Amino acid sequence: MKLTTLAILAGGTVLLASCATGTGDPRAEALAMMDRDFHARGIASKDRLKEDAVMAACNKYNDNPPADVVARLQKEQLATIRYPADGKLLGDWKAGEKVAQNGRGMAWSDKGGVGGSCYNCHQIGPATTSFGTVGPSLYQFAKMRGFGTDIQRYAYGKIYNSKAFNLCSQMPRFGHVQALTEQQMKDITALLMDPASPVNQ
Amino acid sequence: MRHALLLGLAAAVAAGVPWTQASAQMDDPVAAEFDKFREVLEKDNPAELWEVKGEQLWTTPGGPKKASLEKCDLGLGPGVVKGAYAQMPRYFADVDRVMDAEARIVHCMITLQGYELDKLDDKPFSSATHTPDPVSITTYVAAQSAGMKLAPPQNHPKEKAAYAIGKEIFHYRAGSYDFSCASCHGVDGQRIRTQPLPNFTKPEQAIRSVQGWPGYRMTGGVMHTLQWRLTDCYRQQRFPEPGYTSETLSALLTYLTVNASGQVYKGPGIKR
Repeated sequence: MKLTTLAILAGGTVLLASCATGTGDPRAEALAMMDRDFHARGIASKDRLKEDAVMAACNKYNDNPPADVVARLQKEQLATIRYPADGKLLGDWKAGEKVAQNGRGMAWSDKGGVGGSCYNCHQIGPATTSFGTVGPSLYQFAKMRGFGTDIQRYAYGKIYNSKAFNLCSQMPRFGHVQALTEQQMKDITALLMDPASPVNQ
Repeated sequence: MRHALLLGLAAAVAAGVPWTQASAQMDDPVAAEFDKFREVLEKDNPAELWEVKGEQLWTTPGGPKKASLEKCDLGLGPGVVKGAYAQMPRYFADVDRVMDAEARIVHCMITLQGYELDKLDDKPFSSATHTPDPVSITTYVAAQSAGMKLAPPQNHPKEKAAYAIGKEIFHYRAGSYDFSCASCHGVDGQRIRTQPLPNFTKPEQAIRSVQGWPGYRMTGGVMHTLQWRLTDCYRQQRFPEPGYTSETLSALLTYLTVNASGQVYKGPGIKR
């Protein structure tokens, strides 16, 4: 008990000694520094620098927050997903392939026209060999998981807001941040789910 | 001779030879070709053109005050250039902050030569038709550390703080797509499309964040510094823009360079 107290005190001393500047809390100092140093450019407004509740938890806990925090925030994120009003989740897989190939959009050098950047991180269709490996392979997505409505809803939901299913996923929230339109998300869902899509051959 | 080489290179780049987008994967034939080409080029590196220009800018009186930069203190004393780049970023008492090489050079251009920051940071990065003076000067300064071990000091409390803050910034996820630097550069063996992504949190891979910069970039045929590299990463992260020579960029460069500490810096290089 005494040893523990001593260790904590010693740790505190080290922390105090290292805080010659500002608060001595690197995260707080980093946030303040970035707030001073970043500015809006083109479509990239300064408010993009702010972390929302999800990113705040992921940043604070090194992408591994406590289970209760994960459960609460994932539930909140799930509630943000707006499924198509017409109930149809599958668009045109050929259009979806084009969206998946397009890595542009949302940067300060972009004006409009957002793509899904899907191939940047995922293997998808068999014809494209220049795919990234940050995310899992999606080749034969429905062939392996089934073609049912539940999987369709999962695929659409994951594209809309990946954080609803895996809080600190590295995947963007394409619907939640209004990067992709409903039609684009339907088309990508079709690329993954349509039995005629090359993904499922 | 060198001009002929550069023209050939420019023609190849202009012809749209796909080094620009593809890849340095081991099993990628395009990447293998690029690596061979780079090996040939490195013996006669186009970056030398900017080194020569940068040396002239360093030694020739210029700016509103008609002064040279020969009294600029890059951390090893006024006018000492040899080895200075390999020992930055570092703390400078006169500004009470940590500065990377380009930030310090710009500071000297302002204080010694009388330039205004507003003009220097209006268009700080190279284009096909224009190379800003700080880029050439940084290339010259970097070349005087070729072959030396990276040794950014971690003695002053603000140097230690810059490392800790830089580490936080490196891992800070935000922006439209929830990306941090670590989203791409925090895991081993990942790639975007066919572009391999070094893991800068590991010492043996962190050298790749410093090596070859400032670099002659074959995409566009222009000379770029680390200030440009980090700024363009933030563009791709869908963040707003970090200030040129800002503390944020110096802190990030402190984190990256300290991680690569002890490894040999080869001088200005060639990038895809």
